Amino acid sequence: MAESIPVGHGADHADHGDHGHHEMSFTEKYVFPLDHKMIAMQYMFTGMFMAIIGGFFAYVFRMQLAFPGIEVPGFGVVTPAAYNSLVTNHGTIMIFWVAMPVLIAAFGNYLIPLMIGADDMVFPKINRLSYQVFLVSAFVILGAFFVEGGAFGGAWTAYPPLSTKAEYNLSGLGSTMWITAVFLEFVAFLLGGINFITTAMNSRAPGMKMWDIPMVVWMIVIASILFMLSVGPLLAGGIMMIFDQNLGTAFFDPDRGGDPILWQHLFWFFGHPEVYVVLLPAVGIVADVITTFSRKKLFGYKTVLYTAIGTGVLSFTVWAHHQFIAGIDPRMANVFTVTTLLISVPIAEMLFVYIATLYGGSITLTTPMLWALAFIFEFLIGGVTGIFLGASGNDIFMHDTYFVLAHFHYTFYPIAIIGTFAGFTYWFPKMFGKMMNEGLGKLHFWLTILTFNGIFLPLFVLGAAGQHRRIYDFQNYPELAQPWMQDIRQFATICLCVMLGAQLIFFYNVIKSWMSGPASGKNPWRANTLEWTAASPPPHGNWPEGLPNVYRGPYEYSHPDREEDYWPQNEPA
Amino acid sequence: MSSTSPPNNHGIRLVSEEHGEPNVVSSGVLGMTLFVMTEIMLFSGMISAFAIVKASSAIWPPPDQPRLPLEETAFNTLALLASGVLLYLAQRRFNVDRESARIPIIASVGLGTFFVLFQGWEWASMLAQGLTLTSSTLGSFFYLIVGTHALHAIVALGLLFRIWRRHAMGWLQPSQLATAAVFWYFVVGAWPVIYWQLYL
Repeated sequence: MAESIPVGHGADHADHGDHGHHEMSFTEKYVFPLDHKMIAMQYMFTGMFMAIIGGFFAYVFRMQLAFPGIEVPGFGVVTPAAYNSLVTNHGTIMIFWVAMPVLIAAFGNYLIPLMIGADDMVFPKINRLSYQVFLVSAFVILGAFFVEGGAFGGAWTAYPPLSTKAEYNLSGLGSTMWITAVFLEFVAFLLGGINFITTAMNSRAPGMKMWDIPMVVWMIVIASILFMLSVGPLLAGGIMMIFDQNLGTAFFDPDRGGDPILWQHLFWFFGHPEVYVVLLPAVGIVADVITTFSRKKLFGYKTVLYTAIGTGVLSFTVWAHHQFIAGIDPRMANVFTVTTLLISVPIAEMLFVYIATLYGGSITLTTPMLWALAFIFEFLIGGVTGIFLGASGNDIFMHDTYFVLAHFHYTFYPIAIIGTFAGFTYWFPKMFGKMMNEGLGKLHFWLTILTFNGIFLPLFVLGAAGQHRRIYDFQNYPELAQPWMQDIRQFATICLCVMLGAQLIFFYNVIKSWMSGPASGKNPWRANTLEWTAASPPPHGNWPEGLPNVYRGPYEYSHPDREEDYWPQNEPA
Repeated sequence: MSSTSPPNNHGIRLVSEEHGEPNVVSSGVLGMTLFVMTEIMLFSGMISAFAIVKASSAIWPPPDQPRLPLEETAFNTLALLASGVLLYLAQRRFNVDRESARIPIIASVGLGTFFVLFQGWEWASMLAQGLTLTSSTLGSFFYLIVGTHALHAIVALGLLFRIWRRHAMGWLQPSQLATAAVFWYFVVGAWPVIYWQLYL
């Protein structure tokens, strides 16, 4: 890098130019790629691999809850310490190693350059570094299962003093590895976020104005900004926690002048915006899918954009609703109740915009469209149950019950799983140049959605009945060990097993379609955005014949002056 | 709307070249500004944590702990601020006459290095007086915050050192100087806040 003579805007662009005019070796192309699409695939498949691990953890501890003390097939007897580390790492992995890498890093890397008409990211080497740091972080979090004492078992929120003292969380080195892995993972997304924002701002195709940017790109950009603004305090808290665990400091130890609630503030100041960091890309994916398959213009492009920004701003003011029973001042709790209820307004607005977009459209129920519709429906349940928990009076009763657990699974599952499937099945033809099997896709969709509701709807009931979240064996609590409750637990667990099994259909479908599916052509969905003008899969550099120009917005479907019902962004008037 | 022009001989197409208008900010500066945004939040997290612990302590500062040296650090703060001003001058001069930026860049790197060494000496003397990482929450926060700042200062000095080398070779681009400068301004600008919160 230091030897190249920079052109244009500096060394980063010179970097950019020195790959692409020679045949790349296997290592250059697949192991240490600079190409944004290959890095996206690395993120995508690492994320899917981690999702399998996180799903397996869920299977093991759900089996323990439904059939206490049994030898779980494929795992063995679940000890209390193992139970703790499984639930802790299930939460951590599903959010930081599945939702984030797939929704932001994989889709961001794949879609941003293709949708804005650029040949790659602005900083390809930083992009490659981002994935490498992420991969190391994945090794660290999984490696914790193989050290003495096992993986961290202090819950994914890692509240001190539970998380700082080995005699409480039953894991020694594992807890330090956990926080180190989270720290590394944040560094990876920091590097990625810098790339996404800078690329979307500085490398757009000529003619692409701010309001011509596809919604999913906007959402990933806003999510990246949110992430970068919120992650700092948690990084600070993470350093302090590592010091407390290993160097004997007392940042969070009340006996020696520290403050345990401090961690909760630092954690949730990040933790709540984080919900919107993963939500917004999913919302963006859904916007692109439903406009394409209802052949209608997005109802209120700017409304969605402004509400997303509004949500982002508001999301920094709601964090203490996680701490209503942590001893915060009740007057403060009132303020946070109001902001929390307020934030449901922009989110409701987005859902209404989507329903208005669907209204009167010529809807085709393809697999991606089904996933997108399911997102709207299921996320609605998650949002509405959140209002119960946002009200501090009610939360005092509901706090740390399965009602909370079911609520946030009704938000995160639609985001991380349903949103991802919507995006993956929609862009699969672009990524691999083949069409997926619709029959298998729909079978997978229905099995996943029905079992998902089968898992979590019963848990609302259990939560309302007072079932606490962090209990290893309910048989020790007579009021929670009633037969009807155990029946519900078993029903939820069986649904989970069916759901996990149904994912085999998905993987079979992916592999079979990839190998022998029908060729998709450039634009199988007859969509407008720029990525559909590149070859499928797009070659290195995306448009070797010359990058596109842009003449209009991304959602010009069913324009009255046009014979065709779509109007690609790059087609001159 | 111009038609798509062929890529330049480096294989990349710059939007600004086609339109004849530069981007509002170069990619390097924009990327570094975003990074600095995160860093500001990192330091805000640490400093507000310190402020909360300080405010909720019955006696502050801890009675049996040594006092932080106010005057020496004030002098050191001025040295760091001067380094920032010199880099700003270097940036302004660079746009007019590249060669004349040499002295202010070297002076800026020199003063920055002086700041880090001076702060290191202060660490050593505070340790000798019994203020350690574990002796009190004051010590913990002092070494945490000042140490994090020192790490940033060392990385930023590395960047500035590279800027100086590139300038000597005649390779330095204005956007590269600006990118490194954004980071150095952050290091310089964060310090008075730390001084105010931690020392005063």
